[in-house]
Amino acid sequence: MPNKSLAGKVAVAGVGTTRYGRLPEYDPYDLGIWALKEALADCGLKIADIDGVILNRIPDYQRFCELAGLNPSYTTITPGHGRFSGICIQTAVALIATGMAKTVALVYGNNGRSAGDQYGGATDIYGSGGPGLWFPYGMTSPGAFHALMAKRHMEQYGTTSDQLGQVAMAFRRHAALNPQAVMRDPFTLADYHASRFVCEPLHLLDYCLINDGGVAMILTNAKRAKNLAKPPVYIRGFGQTAKFTGSTFPPDDYWAAPMKKVARSAYGMAGAKPADMDALMIYDNFTPTVMFCLEGFGFCKTGESGPFVENGRLQLGGEFPTNTSGGHLSESYMQGWALNVEAVRQVRGECGARQVKDANLVQYMTAAPVITSMIYGKEAK
Amino acid sequence: MNTKPLPRITPDSKPFWDACKAHRLMLPTCLDCAKPHLPPGPVCPFCFSDALRWREASGRGIISTWTVVHQPWFAAFKDDLPYNVVQIELEEGPRLTASIIGAEALRVGLAVRVTFEDVSDSITLPRFRLEIE
Repeated sequence: MPNKSLAGKVAVAGVGTTRYGRLPEYDPYDLGIWALKEALADCGLKIADIDGVILNRIPDYQRFCELAGLNPSYTTITPGHGRFSGICIQTAVALIATGMAKTVALVYGNNGRSAGDQYGGATDIYGSGGPGLWFPYGMTSPGAFHALMAKRHMEQYGTTSDQLGQVAMAFRRHAALNPQAVMRDPFTLADYHASRFVCEPLHLLDYCLINDGGVAMILTNAKRAKNLAKPPVYIRGFGQTAKFTGSTFPPDDYWAAPMKKVARSAYGMAGAKPADMDALMIYDNFTPTVMFCLEGFGFCKTGESGPFVENGRLQLGGEFPTNTSGGHLSESYMQGWALNVEAVRQVRGECGARQVKDANLVQYMTAAPVITSMIYGKEAK
Repeated sequence: MNTKPLPRITPDSKPFWDACKAHRLMLPTCLDCAKPHLPPGPVCPFCFSDALRWREASGRGIISTWTVVHQPWFAAFKDDLPYNVVQIELEEGPRLTASIIGAEALRVGLAVRVTFEDVSDSITLPRFRLEIE
């Protein structure tokens, strides 16, 4: 568990995002550099101010840094798995807190749409070597893995397709208010049910998008962040744990046990509880993951996320506005990065038509074999 | 090419597939903590012991969850669409990804028993049938 004294010591100084969608004229390096340019402009820093670099999904750190003219004191690179956005941000906090770097740029570039990424079939690598065992049965894709979890949740707790549809509809309504979002046309529950099954019980509209884009975040210590162009958004709490044992198979508890551990860490550090969160950013690779996080982090009781998401509770104006950008389902599949940026923009009050009033604390969560959470705040404590 | 994918056999998993060929379901089992595990690996993932023995499983288990795949991910599965994929929780504890033969309606918790399908000269797949229908 991270040291509580780290709470509020590191802040997000700048964030940057590219356009999202189909951008075949850009490769992951171009997208990363575009996003980094935006993030530097956002906080008023120069490229020479960056002394730590953490890359995600961009294929080669040397090439990226050569193209950008970066010669940092600390460099690392991580695989393009969505769970790594939270991991990377926490690594940046550690680098800054220990003095190994003063100002860290986190850069993500994803040309999955233009590259024709499928997330299923012969090239699929999801699931810890699982494909070697799964393919003979026609089992493949993170979607099928989450469909297995969703089916179990439905039979165990009575969760319905309508409730999954409510999650997808809420995020699409938010995307309609976000000019940057790729999918902006609201749909009805009938449209949801009419969308084809990919892996039962999941419909196409339960799935995230596949698109191109880049995201960058610049983190520095809280003191330094105060003197930059935008008000600091403080990292008030975080947590991480893993559940790798048995992870070739869907977890029976929907990752509830490891999520509880992460929740204790993040809330304990922030001195807050779920009810204090003004908005939520939940890693929505598929709708059921949103449900699992709401249960695991304690927003509702085990098995009760179905009824919990009804009646607009996750919509703007509801009790817990969630994925106000539209999330991975409707804004853009930026593997957690754009959700962290949305958290920062909400805390800053920059979200225009989709702004949550007085967003002081915003929480990011992800459910996967690595569970992470970040709590962002307007105040340092 | 329209043949279904075959398992990728590693040195650790070879005894599992050799046993399947003989129509036996075998699990790597730890001699120190007594727990069987899957997927096969060089050590017990529960206690890191490398004292492992292959032991025969009962072949009985339950469906821990299931899905029906509608997406034509593999050309060779096109004629099977939509087809089921299940997670089996074996009586001994470990999980297997597999599919159910000849079942109309699946449900979490249904009892199943292993059956073996010789898919090539060298490969036999464990599949499952419902115990009673």
